[in-house]
Amino acid sequence: MSTVTVKPTVNNRIQRKRTASEWVLDIIKVLFLTLVTIVTIYPFWNIFIVSINDAQDAVKGGLYFWPRIFSLYSYQEILGRPTFQDSIIITVSRTLIGAPLAVFCTAMCAYSLSRKEMVGHKFWNLLFVFTMYFGGGQVPYYMVLKGLGLLDNFLVFIFPLIMSVYNMILIKSYINSMPESLFEAVKIDGGNDLVIFFKFVIPLSKPILMTVALFAAINQWNSWFDAYLYTSSQKLKPMQSILVEILNQYQTGSTTSQQMSNAKAGMTVTADSIRMAATMVATIPIIMVYPFIQKYFVKGIMLGAVKG
Amino acid sequence: MTALNHKAPVIKPHKVPLKRRLWDQRYLFLLMIPALVWVILICYAPMSGLYMAFTNYRPSRNGYFFDLLNAPFVGFQWFEYFFQNDFKMIMRNTMFTSLLTLLFSFPAPIMLAVFLNEVKNIKVKKFVQTASYLPYFISWVIASNIFMTFLAGNGVINDLLMGLGLIDQRILFFQNGNMFWWIIAIANTWKGIGYNAIIYLSTISGIEQQLYEAAEVDGANRVQQIFHITLPSILPTICVLLILAIGGLLNTGFEQHLLMGNNAILNYSDVLDTYSYRYGLQKGMYSYGTAVGLFKSVVSFILVMSANKITAKLNGSALF
Repeated sequence: MSTVTVKPTVNNRIQRKRTASEWVLDIIKVLFLTLVTIVTIYPFWNIFIVSINDAQDAVKGGLYFWPRIFSLYSYQEILGRPTFQDSIIITVSRTLIGAPLAVFCTAMCAYSLSRKEMVGHKFWNLLFVFTMYFGGGQVPYYMVLKGLGLLDNFLVFIFPLIMSVYNMILIKSYINSMPESLFEAVKIDGGNDLVIFFKFVIPLSKPILMTVALFAAINQWNSWFDAYLYTSSQKLKPMQSILVEILNQYQTGSTTSQQMSNAKAGMTVTADSIRMAATMVATIPIIMVYPFIQKYFVKGIMLGAVKG
Repeated sequence: MTALNHKAPVIKPHKVPLKRRLWDQRYLFLLMIPALVWVILICYAPMSGLYMAFTNYRPSRNGYFFDLLNAPFVGFQWFEYFFQNDFKMIMRNTMFTSLLTLLFSFPAPIMLAVFLNEVKNIKVKKFVQTASYLPYFISWVIASNIFMTFLAGNGVINDLLMGLGLIDQRILFFQNGNMFWWIIAIANTWKGIGYNAIIYLSTISGIEQQLYEAAEVDGANRVQQIFHITLPSILPTICVLLILAIGGLLNTGFEQHLLMGNNAILNYSDVLDTYSYRYGLQKGMYSYGTAVGLFKSVVSFILVMSANKITAKLNGSALF
């Protein structure tokens, strides 16, 4: 959306000769944008090629642009591990259950809070908005989760995330922009608030709901800290947690290229190759849904920016 | 009010008795129930635990609230303990990290937006923009993984610096405390540049094209157009975001510190959030951890509220 308006001036500009300062500008511009593009894309590419290179060969280093000896054995190895398979199931299910539920609860709350005739309208809004700026802190929060019996329970990935006040405000301002006469018309025809919400508000606010759903899904997919703090059993660890474990081993330096199995050539894995492959397994789904995400993502930020 | 009378069924709320109104709005309350349960249990119940900061809390089998009410009251003892001991170091780390982050991550998206606006080819523009916010979508686990791999002793960055002859000994980035703040600042910038640029880009796309055309006629070159049209047009946005960023100075980020930091450089990587977490949950000093957390919450709250007041003064309307 931000790209549309640029063209006309650009066409006018080409006809003139560049001045010295414009040359400088263009050089800085090209350098800066190239740098940004390389710095954001290249790391993913590098990890990708190392992950599909033969592990033992990769130890020699010098892999920058292209794999030397192609091998998918690291993927075979990591995907074959039962702990990793369990973690994929946890991550996928928390994303598929958590995100839709979050959108649903957030939207319901947003609709209620958007109705200015609601008794205590101001109070309810303040009740939610206040929590954006003040919280109890980690320790009491942990104790409360413990009291609720959510520790070491799959629901700890779902319940704390069924709402997001920020997303609620996004949806609320979207609903507020709908014509009031629509709601009045439904009421005259005898429809109650449930009818308005399910039959009109949900279908009409699909763009913002999609944005919020994507944010919620990405958030679920990327979460690990809740699992780290609030769960202890291996069965409940999401994929990102397994990655953290692998990363911690790497950090302590205990695993510099220790070989794990070597039957034939191309059938070796190293700690590094496993780390790269696991990283890619967690990243590739994000990159695959990226085209869909970014369409809604830009819209969502614009809506958020309108608020400010 | 008379104007409203044209639309027949407008109910004047104050004339209907409260009971009747509540009954009419029963479905609105019904829809709010999940959110209400959530906000009470997840947001407000933990706030009760702030009292922990003024007591000597010890968990027992009797449950959280029982322990809380029966914990001996110690006043501001934990705060004093914090101020007398690690306060200086933790605040130094927190402020250095967030100020360095601000130094990089604040101007970078402005530059990106302004330069993207100067790109003639729409496809190139889209491509660069799309690439720039890819890091925003990946987790800090993967981002940390990338930084630690690239900055490793045998990593790409060292290879590059060696190859260019800029260094003759490989740098151990994560063994050097002073470098950690820079690494975090650069990582934060890398992750947020594209995301933050979107707001500026949308502001820029709202600038009247006639302004540029008029400037063109008057003989202003593109550099002059940037300094006299584009930048002044986004200045209000820049101000608001800068004030908000200052309001969030104590929020250094948590995951990145925890993931990239290590024990060798703890004196540099420990910020308010990680410190409160380490003492509160890992070392079992619940009350102390809570006191540090409360200190941070209160200062942050004051900073954000002042930031909001200032933006309200500048813009004529508050942000929230």
